[in-house]
Amino acid sequence: MSVLTDTSTVFNRELRPVLRDPFSVIFSMIQPLIFLGLFAPLLPDAGADGSALQWFVPGIVVMSCLFSTSFTGSNLLFEIQTGAHERMLVTPLSRPALIIGRALKEAVPLVIQTAIIVGACVPFGFDVHLGGATLGLLMLAIMAVGLGALSYTLALASKNTEWLFWTVQQTVLFPLLLLAGILLPVDDGPGWLRTMAQFNPLSYVVDAERALFSGDYAADTVTAGFTAAVVVAAVGLVVGTRAMRNSS
Amino acid sequence: MDSSVLSMTTAMIRTEGLTRHFTVKKETVEAVRGLDLTVDEGELVAMLGPNGAGKSTTLRMLTTLIAPTAGTAHVVGHDVVTQRSAVRRRIGYIGQGNGAGHSQRGRDELISQGRAYGMSGRDAKRRADELIESLGLAAVADRVVSSLSGGQRRRLDVAMGLIHAPQLLFLDEPSTGLDPQNRANLQEHIVKLRAEHGTTVMITTHYLDEADAMAERIMVVDHGRLIADDTPARLKAQHAGDHITLGFADEHDARAAVPATRRLHGADVHVAGSCLHVRITDAPHVVAPLLHDIGELGITVDSVEVARPTLDDVFLNLTGRSLREGGAAPSTDTTDRARQEIAA
Repeated sequence: MSVLTDTSTVFNRELRPVLRDPFSVIFSMIQPLIFLGLFAPLLPDAGADGSALQWFVPGIVVMSCLFSTSFTGSNLLFEIQTGAHERMLVTPLSRPALIIGRALKEAVPLVIQTAIIVGACVPFGFDVHLGGATLGLLMLAIMAVGLGALSYTLALASKNTEWLFWTVQQTVLFPLLLLAGILLPVDDGPGWLRTMAQFNPLSYVVDAERALFSGDYAADTVTAGFTAAVVVAAVGLVVGTRAMRNSS
Repeated sequence: MDSSVLSMTTAMIRTEGLTRHFTVKKETVEAVRGLDLTVDEGELVAMLGPNGAGKSTTLRMLTTLIAPTAGTAHVVGHDVVTQRSAVRRRIGYIGQGNGAGHSQRGRDELISQGRAYGMSGRDAKRRADELIESLGLAAVADRVVSSLSGGQRRRLDVAMGLIHAPQLLFLDEPSTGLDPQNRANLQEHIVKLRAEHGTTVMITTHYLDEADAMAERIMVVDHGRLIADDTPARLKAQHAGDHITLGFADEHDARAAVPATRRLHGADVHVAGSCLHVRITDAPHVVAPLLHDIGELGITVDSVEVARPTLDDVFLNLTGRSLREGGAAPSTDTTDRARQEIAA
């Protein structure tokens, strides 16, 4: 009961600066838009059954989710340094709520960003299937909560050593990105790389997003994607809650 | 249950053997060593000590931010380890940093702080309006916190700490980094708050004048131990006398005047250059007879200065060190670093 109320208090607090200044969401989209504008044209055309965009855009959507959520811990790190986090730790807010509320908020700018990216690609021949896109967004939102929680956990772990946060974040970010086949397909890579990709939950999410955005509801691909997203979310929230309990 | 606990004892804070160790690079730092404190309802007490004395560590234990290594603490009738939520609901805390998030607006933060203490949206909003008014934040409450001045942010922090009208308010070095005007302003707010609502207040400070001006009782802490606990007036009377400085034409005259001080009981007399220094309690009443006696010896006094003792004199007397240079000791540094490492 109180966990729910507290979660909504924390969620609303996190969301408020976004609502007060919606342009901040758009500014944080510059990176995916650059990839779409400058990388997508380099892709070999996927042939008659679909443009390169149809393959590329869902990956970019996952990438933008990965980037923004993995950075979000730095907001908590900043609040640890300024004292706002300490102030919240002294309130009776439930400890799980302190991380769940923050992580849930990650889903909101993500949905807005994805809608803008997809919308921007439609004039260039990107085909949107509303039902699949909605399911895809739901899957992304679940994963965003998990990745956000992991980023917050990292922030809590590096509260006295800021460099640790950035080092780990950068070290983990790019392998996850490349091994998910976001920029180039992994299928043609060497065996060891394909094996590594199989251990990357993002691979399954990217595959599922590509299917869903094309209106393909292949049960095994979609199920694998949702399973990966739910696993990331569960791990993130469990680890994050533990870190938050220990932080006071 | 709450009221019965409180009626049994009026202590808002009671600690027994409160101890906290930190391990820094395999070395154990004893930040707080067996503190026994009692603060009664309605008191305004200051914990005074140099940087690294253990003030903030003590405060962090009392506010549930860190658990004691040993000993117990009851705050507003509840145990800080086993009844953390109950303690948190009843206390207000204004830490050393900024409680308000820098990317937030002041009013938004006040309302979400109220929600955090279980207030309804409407109550939180009304209470935020009240505090914005009484702390003079109306002009800046809807601006982003990072754009506020240091003094404005501090007042906002105070407002945040008061949103739920706590029975007990902790302030950790509230005026650090504020200019004298803002410091006076803040002290005024705290004293007023106490007068109007009877809130129990505990502050930590290393500013002597602040402790002297605000607190009715001062707990002097050094190296994690309580070394004195009394009213400022009594601390000064017991641990430091008044100081009379008499100036003469030369050292010869100053020495010649020494016999005139023989009638003063318990005086500590010494000559330095052309000055005669007398440390004694109740100086204002002995100056006139002393001057008379020196006159009888045929010596002319050039100048007279009577200084009341400061808390710095008290601290110097208790520890042999001046509070102003307290932070320089190496052991203190380690403790401070340990605190910071574990703290945030």
